[in-house]
Amino acid sequence: MRYVLNRLLFLVVSIWAAITLNFILPRLMPGNPAAIMMAKFQGRMPPQALHALEIEMGMASDKPMIVQYFDYLRSMVTGHLGLSYTFYPTPVSAIIRQSLPWTIGLLGVAWLVAVVLGTLAGIWIAWRRGSKADAILPIGTMFFQSIPGFWLGLILLYFAGFLHNWFPTAHAYGDDVTPGFNGRFILSVLYHGFLPFLVVFLGSVSGWIVGMRNNMIMTLGEDYVVFAEAKGIPTRRLIFAYAARNALLPQVTSIAIALSTIIGGQILIEQVFSYPGIGYQLTNAVTSEDYPLIQGMFLIIAVATLVINFIVDMIYGRLDPRARRRGATS
Amino acid sequence: MPHNHNALRRPVLEIEDLSVGYETPNSLVHAVSDVNLTVHEQEILGLVGESGSGKSTLAFAVMRLLKGDAVVTKGRVRVAGQDVYALTPAELRSFRWKKMSMVFQSAMNALNPVMTVETQIVDTLLAHQPDWSRERALARARELLELVRIDAKHLKSYPHELSGGMRQRVVIAIAIALQPDLVIMDEPTTALDVVVQRSILDEIREIQQREKFAILFISHDFSLVAELASRVAIMYAGRIVEVTDSETLADGYRHHPYTEGLIRAIPHLTAEQVVIEGIPGNPPNLMELPSGCAFHPRCPYATEECRQARPPQYPSEHGLIECHLFKPQREAQHV
Amino acid sequence: MSSRIAAKVQEAAGPLDRQDKVRRRSIFSAFIRDPKALTGLIIFSVFVLVGIFAPLIAPYDPHASTFMPSQPPSWQHLFGTTNTGQDIFSQFVWGTRTSLSVGVGAAVVSTLIAFLIGVYAGLKGGWVDAVLNALCNIFLVLPGLALLILIESYLKNTTPVLNGLIIALTGWAWGARVFRSVTLSLANRDFVLAAKLSGAGSLRIMFAEILPNMVSIIAGNLIYSCLGAILAESGLAYLGFEDVASDSWGTILMWAQNGAALMIGAWWWFVPPGLAIALVCTSLTLMNFAVDQIANPRLRVKRRARKTHVLEGGLQHAAQS
Repeated sequence: MRYVLNRLLFLVVSIWAAITLNFILPRLMPGNPAAIMMAKFQGRMPPQALHALEIEMGMASDKPMIVQYFDYLRSMVTGHLGLSYTFYPTPVSAIIRQSLPWTIGLLGVAWLVAVVLGTLAGIWIAWRRGSKADAILPIGTMFFQSIPGFWLGLILLYFAGFLHNWFPTAHAYGDDVTPGFNGRFILSVLYHGFLPFLVVFLGSVSGWIVGMRNNMIMTLGEDYVVFAEAKGIPTRRLIFAYAARNALLPQVTSIAIALSTIIGGQILIEQVFSYPGIGYQLTNAVTSEDYPLIQGMFLIIAVATLVINFIVDMIYGRLDPRARRRGATS
Repeated sequence: MPHNHNALRRPVLEIEDLSVGYETPNSLVHAVSDVNLTVHEQEILGLVGESGSGKSTLAFAVMRLLKGDAVVTKGRVRVAGQDVYALTPAELRSFRWKKMSMVFQSAMNALNPVMTVETQIVDTLLAHQPDWSRERALARARELLELVRIDAKHLKSYPHELSGGMRQRVVIAIAIALQPDLVIMDEPTTALDVVVQRSILDEIREIQQREKFAILFISHDFSLVAELASRVAIMYAGRIVEVTDSETLADGYRHHPYTEGLIRAIPHLTAEQVVIEGIPGNPPNLMELPSGCAFHPRCPYATEECRQARPPQYPSEHGLIECHLFKPQREAQHV
Repeated sequence: MSSRIAAKVQEAAGPLDRQDKVRRRSIFSAFIRDPKALTGLIIFSVFVLVGIFAPLIAPYDPHASTFMPSQPPSWQHLFGTTNTGQDIFSQFVWGTRTSLSVGVGAAVVSTLIAFLIGVYAGLKGGWVDAVLNALCNIFLVLPGLALLILIESYLKNTTPVLNGLIIALTGWAWGARVFRSVTLSLANRDFVLAAKLSGAGSLRIMFAEILPNMVSIIAGNLIYSCLGAILAESGLAYLGFEDVASDSWGTILMWAQNGAALMIGAWWWFVPPGLAIALVCTSLTLMNFAVDQIANPRLRVKRRARKTHVLEGGLQHAAQS
């Protein structure tokens, strides 16, 4: 219980830090970017929108900074993320609701498949040590981990999209289907999602295989595994319950570290495939200087990252009884 | 001969001419060479040697648990009459633990950190008696814990929640779970403090007498082995250099020069002065074993013969000795 | 009194210093002898040389739109031309200079920040450590690229140098965590305690006592941050958040995307920069691998010992040599 509270506290503090960054950054920047931008939008936007923007950007000088800060905190916590002005008057939260499922669907599925397959493959390779896979693996991993994901996306897009027309080159589904729960739409989504899925999958699977393989080899040499083998535990249970569960622990910890990289990669990949997820919206919002949308997108990405991190911590606590007592993994 | 009573007992462990080598990039290094050893039922045999002498390798070879580059190059191991190396892997899996089991050196490492004590004991029981119900296995687990004097409430504990002594008791409970004929104990108390060590040794003796199994007790602590075991085997550089009754370790009998050194290293509390005398020099590097008798560079009685020829085993008045000094016709010259 | 303590410190530090020099030399030679590290070093050095001698190597002005547009590779234009008739090879060569200097610069700055924060937290302990450690954990879990994009959105068309600086300012957390834990293990060693007793200031202890004892960890962190910075900078430039007139590899990719290189099949435009990023990153990974093993020799021995499983003292020693 102390462990859960501890992690929960960290979750709250880090979300607060993300909101605060959102508040502070425009006020910190040299040359007052907000003022320049306000001048640019003068006359192009309805007055209420301009006023809301003033508050968000810290231009409203009628209130002291600290009051502004608490106003800002309150509106963020209650989910009032403001209105986008490229899609005026659509609230930022509506755009998030629209694009978040695409990101979660693509990244979540590709990543989970990579984790599950990578882990199983790692266990298998460690068990049959010295096989051919063992020799190829490190080189393959080094290759895939050094290639920037978005560039791999560009290459695949060029080869399988433009050159051979095997897959569509942009968007999440075709223009000819109506979104909803119907076969044609689902097929179109799968078809459009395949290439980005492949890029995300390839980007993370080899790391999982190698990590799991190395941990498994270390674990298989541990006394408790040899002891379990000696006391007659059947092979399958020996591998999964005795060895793999322990070998998984460092892997779970490494998710927390890899998460930031994976989500960064996702933003770039969405841009390559013009995939209408959070990352794509963020990039476009920056290009069109839609600050409420930028802040909203950053906040949702940060919150999502932090929540996943929290979930990972909870899983770790379940897997490792020692962590529950220690209080924290990080 | 003092060890005569063993002749009446059935042997549970017979090691014949066993050699174990490690494959290194350039050569095969022998960690165990030409070992002959017999443990009889209900006997405690102590195996003593400095670290690196090959004790643990011998234990793992008996259990057929050698891993990686270690291979048995010759010899035979029989447990309860069965050649351990003639079993198929499936037969081995059920044979091990029913007939022979092992207590590992460090209990913290032998217990799985993410599983409860209960799971680890019940798993062992069910692996060998698949027809048992969970309840029956659980009842037996409770019984085993009581046998090693641990409250049954600790079935739900994880290893990190137990003290070092309790963990080692759990490992012993797992080792005797299937009432084996032979339990190999590899430095079972080395990681513990002296008080806990003492109480665990007492318990081992007590349980051994109640459950009637034989123990191959491995330790680098000569005094501890001399006290616990009825017979003692002394290992040096992969060879058993002497097997003797432990009563002979007190004064009056002649021993292998290495054994003598070990005896001298025990503080003699009965003497007027407490003298702690080690054996000069270091145990040899197994990759560059000295010629002849491997002990000769450290032996105060070494002769030219010791430098050149490896001594055969000679019967002594209380066992076996591998030393040129004990060649019957030349005995007189060296006394 | 204090001079006597100082003399003792001298005594304590003396042999350690010598030992450390020997160690450092052997670290370097171990690094060179490792085939992986050597391969990495050679690849990286080639790129560094290209970057240094960019003005001599690049045949044309990278921005001059004076050639036939969209030409495939030829002897005149090794990597072909863009859709506006610029020489891609010249852009690539100048891009090498930009991308590498951003990577190396960001690595140095972020390692310095990480060192100062991590070691200071580890030495001070108490609430200073608690606060810095919490800060470090927050930076560790915040999504890096999203944060970079947020900052970029306020800065507009940043130069590569500024980007490198921002990358360093947001990317120090992992290093700080490593430095902190190493410092915690060193903080109670005699030579640190002696220095504390003799009244040495925090900065002196950090740089004179702690730093020489974590040379290889610092090297590993430099390599790791360099890799991260090169990837991050190329990503930012590709998204168009860098001054469009800059020469980095990511900017070339951005122009390739905007110039419809994929659609017109101008593979020569987007393949070289990505391949170069992959090669540089591979070379850094190779070097990092070797540094890891040198920094953590126990890891290597342990693995060996595990393999032979029941290997005991004497033999283990033999196997290492």
